[in-house]
Amino acid sequence: MSGKALAVGPACPVPAQDVERVQLGHGSGGKLSRQLLRDRFLPRFSNPALDLLGDGAVLPATGSSRLAMSTDTFVVRPLEFPGGNIGTLAVHGTLNDVAMMGARPMALSAGFVLEEGLPLDLLDRILDAMAEAARQAGVDLVAGDTKVVERGKADGLYISTTGLGLIADGFTPSPQAAEVGDVVLVSGPIGCHGVTILATRGDIGFEVETESDTASLHPLVERLRKSCGDAVHVLRDPTRGGVASALNEIAEASDIGVELDGIEKAVPAPVQGACEMLGLDPLYVANEGILVAFIAASAADQALAVLQGHPLGREARIIGRAVDRHPGMVVARTGLGGTRIVDLLPGAQLPRIC
Amino acid sequence: MKYLDEYRDPQLARTLVARIKEESSRPWVMMEVCGGQTHTIVRQGIGEALSGSVEMIHGPGCPVCVTPLEQIDRALHLASRPEVIFTSFGDMLRVPGSECDLQQIRARGGEVRVVYSPLDALELARNNPDREVVFFAVGFETTAPANAMAVWRARELGVENFSVLVSHVTVPPAMVAILESPDNRVQAFLAAGHVCTVMGWTEYLPLAERYRVPIVVTGFEPLDILEGILMAVRQLESGRYEVENQYVRSVTRQGNLPAQDLVSRVFHLVDRQWRGIGMIPSSGLGLREPFAAHDAERKFALEGITADEPSVCRAGDVLRGRIKPNECGAFGKACTPERPLGAPMVSSEGACAAYYNFKRFPAPDPRAADVAAARAL
Repeated sequence: MSGKALAVGPACPVPAQDVERVQLGHGSGGKLSRQLLRDRFLPRFSNPALDLLGDGAVLPATGSSRLAMSTDTFVVRPLEFPGGNIGTLAVHGTLNDVAMMGARPMALSAGFVLEEGLPLDLLDRILDAMAEAARQAGVDLVAGDTKVVERGKADGLYISTTGLGLIADGFTPSPQAAEVGDVVLVSGPIGCHGVTILATRGDIGFEVETESDTASLHPLVERLRKSCGDAVHVLRDPTRGGVASALNEIAEASDIGVELDGIEKAVPAPVQGACEMLGLDPLYVANEGILVAFIAASAADQALAVLQGHPLGREARIIGRAVDRHPGMVVARTGLGGTRIVDLLPGAQLPRIC
Repeated sequence: MKYLDEYRDPQLARTLVARIKEESSRPWVMMEVCGGQTHTIVRQGIGEALSGSVEMIHGPGCPVCVTPLEQIDRALHLASRPEVIFTSFGDMLRVPGSECDLQQIRARGGEVRVVYSPLDALELARNNPDREVVFFAVGFETTAPANAMAVWRARELGVENFSVLVSHVTVPPAMVAILESPDNRVQAFLAAGHVCTVMGWTEYLPLAERYRVPIVVTGFEPLDILEGILMAVRQLESGRYEVENQYVRSVTRQGNLPAQDLVSRVFHLVDRQWRGIGMIPSSGLGLREPFAAHDAERKFALEGITADEPSVCRAGDVLRGRIKPNECGAFGKACTPERPLGAPMVSSEGACAAYYNFKRFPAPDPRAADVAAARAL
C-alpha cells in the first residue's frame, strides 16, 4: 500500500463526520456508546471506583466489608411485553448489576419521569410488577422520586433506579480478573429479551414465540459464590449490546483473548429465526436474565452443575475460553474450523431496547 | 433450527471442501455475485478453507454498496426537508453521502424512519396525509417486486403524498461489465439465488454461451455455497459452460412470473450509475411514465444534485474484484465501519465490512488450526 493513499488529512474527500449531536447509535452499547463515555463522561468524573467500568462500583464500608452500587435508566418501548414490563426491568436490571459485583442486593431507589396522559391503570400495573420483582429479590425500594413532563416529552414513562448491595468477604469478581485458561459460561439462552421487544413493537410484521428473560440473577451468583468462590473471576449480565459486547469489554479490561466455540447452540430457535429474518446477529441482542461468567478451568464443571441446578440456569452452557492469543479481541470458531472476529458494533443494531 | 441447520452441517461442509479440493486440477477463480453470499463466505471462512483450489472474488451484488453517491446525496437532501418523512431499509442509514449520513440528518431533526417493507412506507403516507413520505427504493431484482407493488398500490389508492427515490439495479449487465473488463479474472459465477427466485435463470443462458463462462445459481447457506462452487469446478474441469441451478428449493427456470409482470409494468430499463464502477447502460430500473407522480426525483426536482466519489476509496476496485478489501490503503485505517469512506464498508453485506468484521484477525497459527481440525473431526 502506498503511503500516499493514507494521506487523509485536510484534503480528505469526505469531510470529517458530524459528531456534534447525539445519535441513536450512541445508546447502542457498541463503539459509539463507548466513545461517548470515554470522551465526555469519564474525563469529567474520573475516580478509582468509576474507572474500573464494572456493572457497578465497589465502595469501602466499615471494617473489611464493602458496598456495591449501580444505577441504570430504562426507556423501553413498548412499556409492557411478554415476560414483564418496564418496572420489572428497572428492578432486575439494576439489582443484577449489583449482583455482578459479587454483592447481595440490599436496597433500591427509583426515579420516575411520567408523561402527561399516562393511564393510571398502566402505571399501577408497572408499579405492581416492580413491587413484586423487588419482593422476590428480597430488596426494599427505600427512596423514590416522581416528575411529570408534558405530553410528547417522554414515551409514557422512564424509570431510573439505583441499587446498593453488600459484598461478602473474599468474593470479588471483576471485569479485570479474567485469566488465560478460564472457561466462559452463559447461564441461559441468548437473545430472548431483545427479540421479544422487537416483536412486541409490532413493526417486524411477524410474531415470535419468545418471552423476555427478565429475572433477578442474584440466586445464580449466590450459588456460584458458595460452590466456586475465588474461581469465579468475572460476572457480567449482557444487557444492551448483548453477549458480544460484554465479552469484548471483558477481553479488553482483562487483556485476554476470548475464543468462542459452539455459542450458536445457546441461541434458541425462535430467536435465531427472528434474527435470520431481520438480518440481526443474536450475539448483539439484549438479554435481561442471563449472566456471563469467566471461571477458572478447574471449577468449570462445578460451576456448570450448580447453574444447571437452578431453574434460571437450566440451560447454562460453556461457550468458550480465555486465551493468550489476540488480547482484547473476541473470535468465534466457524463450522469449517476457521475463525471470525466478534467485534463491538459500530452503532445501533436495535435501537432502544432496554 | 429447522430449514437452517440442514444447510450448515459442519461435517457435510468439510466433505464438500475436500471434494472441491480433490476435483480442482488447478486453482480456479470464481465470483459470487451477491453480497449475502459474500457474507457467508467470509463469516464461515470458506475462502480460507478453499485456498489453493478456488479463489473467491467478491462481486458487486450489495445494493447498498453500489448505490451511487449522488443518489445518497439526493436522499439526504430529501430527508432534511421538513415536510418529508424519509423511509428506508436500515442499512442505508449509515451510508456516507458527501457530507453526512441519514443518521446524522435524523439527529439534526430530519424525520428518517427504518421500514422493513415499502408497503409499510405506503401505509405511513396514508396515515400522514399532510406529510410527504418518500421511500428509498434500492436493490436488485429481489426487492424490485415489493417496491413496484408499493408504487402500483399508491397509484391505485390515489396516495399522492407517497413517492420513491429509485436506485434499482439489475444483475446481468453488471456481470457483462465484469466479463468485458480487460483485466477480468473471473472464470465462473455463482449467480444470486434470490435474484433468480424472482427472475428465473434463462436470462443467464446467453451470457454463459457468449462468454463461455459457467454460471451456477446458488443459495446463501454454507452448504449451498460449497455445493455451488463444486458444481462450477466440475464445469470448469470438464470444459462446460452452462447455467446450472444449485438453489432448486427456491429457484425455478421461469422464476416468479407475476412478480416479473408487475416489475415490468411499473419499471423500465434505464442507464444507471454504479458506485465504484460507473455508468452501465440499461443496468437499472426507472419508473414508467404513468407512475411519474410517485417519482421523488421528478416531484422534488433533484436532477441538480450531483457528486463525485472520494478518490482515496478503492471501492470500485473491490467491487470489480481487482483487489481484496484489505489491499486498499484506507482499509481499517482511514476507513472503518464507524467512519466508512465507501459504501462496501457500511452494509454488513459489503465486502469491506465483511472483511473488517470477520477477517482482520490474522489466521491462527498452524498448530492451533491443527488442534481445531482434530477436535472438529
